[in-house]
Parts: sequence; structure tokens; C-alpha cells
Amino acid sequence: MKKVLALILVLALMIPVLASAENIIKIGVFEPSSGDNGAGGKQEVLGVEYAHSLAPTITLNGVEYTIQLVNVDNQSDSSKAVTAAQELVSAGVSVVLGSYGSGASMAGGDVFASAEVPAIGLSCTNPSVTTLCDYYWRICFLDPFQGSVMANFANSLGCKKAYVLTMLGEDYGNGLGHYFSDAFKALGGEVVAETFPEGTSDFSAYINNAVNAGADCVFAPCATTYASLIIDQAAALNVSFPLLAGDTWESSVILEAAKGKNIDVYVSTFFDENDDGAAAAAFVSGFKAWLNANADKKTNNGGNDIVAAVSALGFDGYNVALAAIQAAGSADPAAIAAALPSLVYENAVTGAIAFDEIGDAVKDMAYVKKANTETGAFDFVKTQSVAGL
Amino acid sequence: MFDRILPYLLAGISVGGQYALISVGYTMVYGILRLINFAHGDIFTAAGFFMVYITASMPMTVSVPVVIALTVALGFLLERVAYKPLRSAPRMSVMISAIGASYLLQNLMWYVTGGLAKQYPVLPWLSDNVQVFTASTKVVTIVTPILTIGLVVALVMLIKHTKIGMAMRAVSHDFETSQLMGIRINSVISMTFVIGSGLAAVGSMLYFTNYSTVTPTVGAMPGLKAFVAAVFGGIGSIPGAVIGAAVIGICENLIKAAGYTAFSDAFTFALLIIVLLFRPTGLFGEKTAEKV
Amino acid sequence: MKKMSATRLIVSLAVVALLYAAAWWAETALGTNSMLITVLKKGAVYALIAVSMNLLNGFTGLFSLGQAGFMLVGAYVYAVFTIPLKRHAAVYQYYNGGIIQFELPLLVALILAGVVAALLAALVGLPVLRLKSDYLAIATLGFAEIIRAVVQWDSLGPITNGSNLLKTYPTFASTKILGTTVLFPMIVAGVCIGLILLIINSTYGRAFKAIRDDEVAAEAMGINLFKHKELAFVISCFFAGIGGALLAMFQGTVQANSFKSAMTYDILLMVVIGGMGSISGSVIASYLYIACSEWWLRFLDNEQFIGSFQVPLLRSGFRMVAFSAVIMVVVLFFRRGIMGDRELWNLRLPGRKKAGRAKQ
Repeated sequence: MKKVLALILVLALMIPVLASAENIIKIGVFEPSSGDNGAGGKQEVLGVEYAHSLAPTITLNGVEYTIQLVNVDNQSDSSKAVTAAQELVSAGVSVVLGSYGSGASMAGGDVFASAEVPAIGLSCTNPSVTTLCDYYWRICFLDPFQGSVMANFANSLGCKKAYVLTMLGEDYGNGLGHYFSDAFKALGGEVVAETFPEGTSDFSAYINNAVNAGADCVFAPCATTYASLIIDQAAALNVSFPLLAGDTWESSVILEAAKGKNIDVYVSTFFDENDDGAAAAAFVSGFKAWLNANADKKTNNGGNDIVAAVSALGFDGYNVALAAIQAAGSADPAAIAAALPSLVYENAVTGAIAFDEIGDAVKDMAYVKKANTETGAFDFVKTQSVAGL
Repeated sequence: MFDRILPYLLAGISVGGQYALISVGYTMVYGILRLINFAHGDIFTAAGFFMVYITASMPMTVSVPVVIALTVALGFLLERVAYKPLRSAPRMSVMISAIGASYLLQNLMWYVTGGLAKQYPVLPWLSDNVQVFTASTKVVTIVTPILTIGLVVALVMLIKHTKIGMAMRAVSHDFETSQLMGIRINSVISMTFVIGSGLAAVGSMLYFTNYSTVTPTVGAMPGLKAFVAAVFGGIGSIPGAVIGAAVIGICENLIKAAGYTAFSDAFTFALLIIVLLFRPTGLFGEKTAEKV
Repeated sequence: MKKMSATRLIVSLAVVALLYAAAWWAETALGTNSMLITVLKKGAVYALIAVSMNLLNGFTGLFSLGQAGFMLVGAYVYAVFTIPLKRHAAVYQYYNGGIIQFELPLLVALILAGVVAALLAALVGLPVLRLKSDYLAIATLGFAEIIRAVVQWDSLGPITNGSNLLKTYPTFASTKILGTTVLFPMIVAGVCIGLILLIINSTYGRAFKAIRDDEVAAEAMGINLFKHKELAFVISCFFAGIGGALLAMFQGTVQANSFKSAMTYDILLMVVIGGMGSISGSVIASYLYIACSEWWLRFLDNEQFIGSFQVPLLRSGFRMVAFSAVIMVVVLFFRRGIMGDRELWNLRLPGRKKAGRAKQ
């Protein structure tokens, strides 16, 4: 027993020694590939991997470095996220990308901050991700904006009363629901808010509550696992009001659930496949070709080649990280963290990225889409900018 | 008023019926082994995953019996591997083994599915929409209570009028004496697991037709609630388990209707504690003297 | 249990001191972010919690499954009272900065965490401790779930931040001792486990064990059953509360949602693997459990190649399957766990001195 333990200890001490190889820069990919947000996390990783396949190396001061992606699965869980983050830090990553789901990002943020490793949030929209962590930056828009986009949209559909349904303990949903409610009330609407506990399967009571409250729409920002149950049961109850949600619902899981049913589903998101910018068009065609060439990747994308907005953000996030390493001139986390605040990245497919003093990208455009229940795809409805609110 | 309450009642009766089918498995096992079979909820989940994977390669008419057979086999295996070796061990050890088995099953399912939610196949007819008075719902909502009552009546007949049923009653009444009387304890115990798992498989088909997402941990909550239902009705009593399940299903929905959505699960446990304190033998349980 | 001889006591304390020194050295040499240091910290936290559970389940024979609920209380009390005032607006973003407008010193909050958990346990214990074996288990499990639901209740939001994360409170990074983060959790856990040991070796401890071995006989000997059960429950929950607070410090964020019954099961399995009724067993098992699940078995989750041969079955999730299979084997075939009900320092020494990895 003692010898075994001693051997294990010696091996353990050797691990950090073995890990330091020459000319490799590690980028941590901090995403869920299982759990409630697994489907979305996988799509986000695809964007990062595609970007990595296009730019697998970087040249700093005349020396070429290979970029290595270090993937960990944070299991969409804020307590598992802590150990996943520690794993990345102990693997010696220079910068971290992710996570899908604000809760995991907030939980991991503390680990990154105490290790002084910068992290770039891709699609985590809760303001606290960056406000409560000095080492988190973010390349997407925030929930106060997204909430008011959907509130305005609900208003434009003629809704006077909204039923807001979020999951207990999910930071993303609670935050977005809160900002939606604020904005909707400011527009003169009425809000009924309820929460469901994790692991809920039976949503019929909630949908009945919405009906009995006389709601004209349901706003339910939550993980796709629950979303498909909500859609299915709302359709079974034959409701007449539309379902609205935020960026998580832009997923093939939703399309599958809504297909062939009599239900209206609207989502807001970061990016549209048919964006006419040159960078975006090149990304969309390249990404589709890459997906179609790799059966595994296509399965991870939900079995089709629809480009999810989170994949576009994953693509941008990798390139921003690369640009930051370039600007820092080294793989040293501290130098990258110092380079990020002043970084400007123009070529992003989701719109140019520059950070404000909190660390958030200045993004002012959201896309509203509707799930087409016949074709099983998202139809573009409108764009909404900050100025238009 | 009725119009407003009706949908909740329908949902409550339907989910209550599904809890009842799980609950019977708990109550029978407890009646005989004095064991809370923590892994029973995972058997229920496994039945859901069997269906997901088997319908991918077989037609529906074949899948249903195959799923039931596989679930029964799993229940049988569980008893042989996790509980039989501990027959003479203290009760706490068996319960820990049950927790360990539940952990193992959940992790296995997590591994096989990659931790992602799976969409349950659409069972024809059961998934169709139907109008009940003013409320719209799925056919399964109506079918569940009828099927549940039918199955439970059949089970009660089996226990009352067949030889194996008599053996079960004898074993649950007095484990050691019935052993002395020549009853083959192991086959009786296996039989309870077989029946319990079979009913859980049927329950899972009804449940997932209503709530069509299967995840590795989806069975944990319904499992616990079904256990509470069994305690509420009086553990060991099959009609008690069914009534307990119906009460819990309906109350849960009415609590949500009253707006205390965050407390719907907590309510179940509060009910459990109240029952345990004031009537530890449940509604229909027999009083047992404590042996020293 | 045999009375410990003076030499054994001195040797044991010296071994503990050496282990602390080794941990300190490891962090200075390997850096704070190495996986070994993470495991040492988390292991210390879980060792305390496992020992607190062992006090109930192993020493008093009360099968309680409520540990996660009391850890939750401890974690929240600690976090709520130590979040810096200037961060309140950002943390309680939906509740206008919350209503608690003061902060307590770290150690005060840590003890308060235990005290509040203990008070709650005293209340919960009044009704549930009248129940027996598996009914007690399921009732305490139920209470833990109720505590979780209440903490997440929106109306308590100004205090608990509803179901949202609490963060920015002081963590192990802010409790450096001799320049390292690893010593604080190890010392707190060590002191607490030492206190539990003293209790177990007192008259109360002997009464607990008498209740475990035979309730009726214990009562006949004049032991007040309810009083002692309540006492064991309160003490156990006090330390579970402190353990919860340490866990909050370890994680850096705390959220009611993560204190599920699965957490209690994890701790129960540690106790079982270590041996019901062995403090040193619980400590060793906690470290092994954490090290295996967080570190040594990680490679099972990734594809591995031996030469060009890809090892089959290895992909995400396999680690937990292998791990739970091992646990089942222990539960089924090594029911006494690593230590049974013996203690490391009471083992007969074969020839030379045996060090081992136990604290205390």
C-alpha cells in the first residue's frame, strides 16, 4: 500500500514536468459537452475547432508555435465547472475560451482569476460573468440588451401580458428573465414570473398557469433539454400564444421539437447564416463544407449543417484569442490579459470586436428568428439594434 | 372554475398513475426485503433509454415487448448482483449497495448517451391530441389511469390467488419462518423484482410519452416521489401505493396551480415527513411490533 | 477503543506535523495551481465532512442522509456574511444589493456557519430522530431537499440571492498561511477532526457507540437515547456546516442547486470505503476518492493510445463508470472498507513505524 502510494506520488510530481513541451501554446476550451447545455456546448466547440483547423499555428518573434486545444467538459454544472476550470489551469493553458451557459462561466471565473489566466466568454450573456471577474472578457451581447430586444419584439407582436418561466438556480435564465421583465414592464406590459426546479419534466401545470393568467406570450429562456419539453407540452395543450426565448433556443433540438406541431417559437440570437458580410459568408460556406466532410462533427452539430450562432462565436473567439496572443507577443497569460483590453478585432463574423472597460465586447445587434414548423429550420424575422430600442 | 382546474387535475391523475406504476415496485420490494430500492428510479430511466435505442432499429410493435423484457432482465440482474450477496448483512449495508447500484446505473447511462438528453420516440395514438371537455391533452393522459388500475387489479389477483402470490405474502409476513416452511426465498424475491421492473417499464412508456426527454438522471425525482407515495399509502400495501401516488400527483399539480412552483418537490418531502411522524405505517399499512 | 499511549500520541502528532510540512513544501515547489494542491485542499474539506457523517452513521448508528442540506446552510451562511460590501450591488444584482449590509470577519463567519447549521439540526432533529433506520434516512434526505427549496425561494432573495450564484467572498486564496493556500483548509479540517476525536473518546462518545451497538441495552443502562441522538446529530451538523463553508471557500462560488442528494451519497460512499466507525479510514478514503475522481482517473475520459493501438471504451464518462464499479466492488465484497472500525494509530506496528497518510 505504502509503496503504491509513494509511486503514485512520484508520478504525480512528474506530470507537470512532462507537460512542458517546446513550441506549443495551449488554449483551453471550457465548454459543456454533456448535461443540460451539452448540445449547445458541442456546437460552440465546433466553431473553435473549425477556426483551429484554419489557423493551427502562430508565429511570435519569428518562432512558429503550434496551438493545442485543451478540451474539458464542465457538464453544464456550476460545481463541476470549478474542477474543470482547475484542470485547465493545471494543464498550463495560456487563455481560455467559453463557456456556453453563464453559470459555468461565473463558477469557473474565480479559478481563472486566482490563477491569473484570461478567459474569453463566447456566448455567456449574464452581466456578472465580467462584472464580478477581472479576468473574463466576452465577445457577445449582454442579457439587458437581449432582454429588451425580446421585450420589444413581444410588444410588437401585440402582447400585453407575458409569462416568464425560468429554471431555479440557472444564472443565465434568471438573469435574462429578469431583464426581459424589466424592459417589458417599462413598455407598459404586465409580467407573471414563475420558476421550475431542476429536473422538471412535467411542464403542463406551468403552461396552464400561463393560460389562466391570460398571458399573450411565454418567455422561457432555459436550457434546450427543458425547451423541447415545454414546446411539446404547449403544443399538446393547444395554446394560442407564441413562445419566446433567448439565444439558447437557437438549436436544432428546438427545431426537432417544434417540427410538425402547431406552435410559434421566436428566438433572439447573435448571428444569422444569411448575413451578407464578406467574412460571415466565407465562414458559413467554409464551416458547412467542413461539417459535411466530417461525419463526427456533423453529428455534434445535431446531424445537419445549419450554422448555429454559437459556432460563429466560437470561431470568432478562437481568432480573438489568437490576435491577443499575437498582440502580447508571448504565450504568457499575464501578457495576454494585458493585451486584451486594447485589442480590436475587425474581421469577426459576428461583427467587429472591441472591449469596454468591464471587458464586454461592444455589440449592438441581435437577430430575431422564428422556428419554421414545416421545413425544420429557422426563418429570419428581423434585426434589432440598440439604437432602435 | 372547473375549466381552470380541469387541466391540472388531468395532468395530476396522469402523472399520479405513472408514479403508481413505479411505486408498486418500491412497495413490493420493501414489503419483502425491508429495503428501499434506490436504484428503482434508474431502472425506470433505463427503460426509457432502451426504448430510444431499440425503436431506432425495430418497429414499434416489436420494441414494446422487447423493452419490457430488457427492463425485467435488468431488474432481475440488479437483485442478483447488488442485493443477493448481502442477504445476511445489516440493512444499512444493503441500502448503501442500493445507492451504489443507482450511482453505477446513472453513470453507465451517462456514458452510453454521452450525457446528452435523448428524444423519446413518438408512440402512435398515445401521443395524439385529444379534447377532454374544455381541455386539450394527449391520449396517454386518459389511458394512464385506466391502464394503471387494470394492471394493479391484475397484480392484486395474482398475489391473492396464485401460489407464487401466496409465497410472496408469506415471505413479507415473516421472512425466516417462510424459509423454514420450504418457500424458495430467492425465486420469490426475484419475482418481486421482475414484477416491479415490468411495471416500471410500462410506467416509463406512459411517462415519457407525456414528457418526451430522457436524461440519465430523469428517473431520480419520479423515483423518490413514487417511494414517498408508497410510504404515504402504507409501505407493503399495493392499493395504498396507488392511492398515495394519485394523491401526490394531484397535489403536486394543484400546488403549482396555486403559484408555489418552487415548492412542488419540497411539498412531497414535507408530506413524507408529516406522514412518518403522525402515522408511520401510512394510510393502509399494518401495524408491526418492533422486534428486539 | 484502547487508550492511546503517550508515545503513540506523540508519534501520531509528529506524523501529522510532517504531512502538513510536506503539503506546504509541495505547494511552494509545484505552485498553487498544480492538481496535487487542488486535491489536498478539496480532500481536506471532504475529510472533515466525511468524518462528521461518520460520527452519525458509523459511531452512533443513525443513518442520516441529510448532510448536503446542512453543508448548504453552512456554505450560505459563510458566503452571505463575508461578501465584501462593495461587491453587494453586483452579486445581488436582481435584489438591489440585498439587505445584509455588513460583513463579518472570516473566522467568525466560519464558526457561525457551523452554529447555524447546528441550530437548524437541533430543530430538525426534534421530530426526525424519533424515526428508525431507513425511515430516518429518507426523512433526513427529505429535509435536505426542503432546505434546498427554501434557500432557492425567491422571497428570500435579498438574503440568499435566490437561486443565483454567490461569489466574490474570501476563498483559500485570501487565507494564505506561510505563503501557501493549502494549509488553511488542512489546519481547519485537522482541528475539527481532532475535536471530533476528543468527543468520540469522551463519555458521550461511549454512549453514542452503546446506542449504535444496541439501543435497547443502552437505554437499559440509563443512557438517555433521545438526548444523545440529538447531541450526535447537532455535533455532526455543526461540523458539516463548517465543512460546507470550507467547500464554498474551495469552489469560490456557491449555489444551492449543487447541494443535491447525490452529494450526500458521495460522502456516504467515502465513509463506507474508509470503514464505518473509523476516523482515519474516512480521512484516507476522502483523499483517495477525491484524488481518483478528480485526478488519477481523468485519463479514462480521454482517448488513449498505446503505440498506434487505441484503447477501446475510453471516452467521456468512462471514468465515472469505472469509479462506480470499483465502489460497488468495495460495497459488496469489502464491506468493512479500508480500515473497518480500527484506527491507524491503534494498528499493531509490524517491526518499523508505519506512517500512512492520515491526518491526526
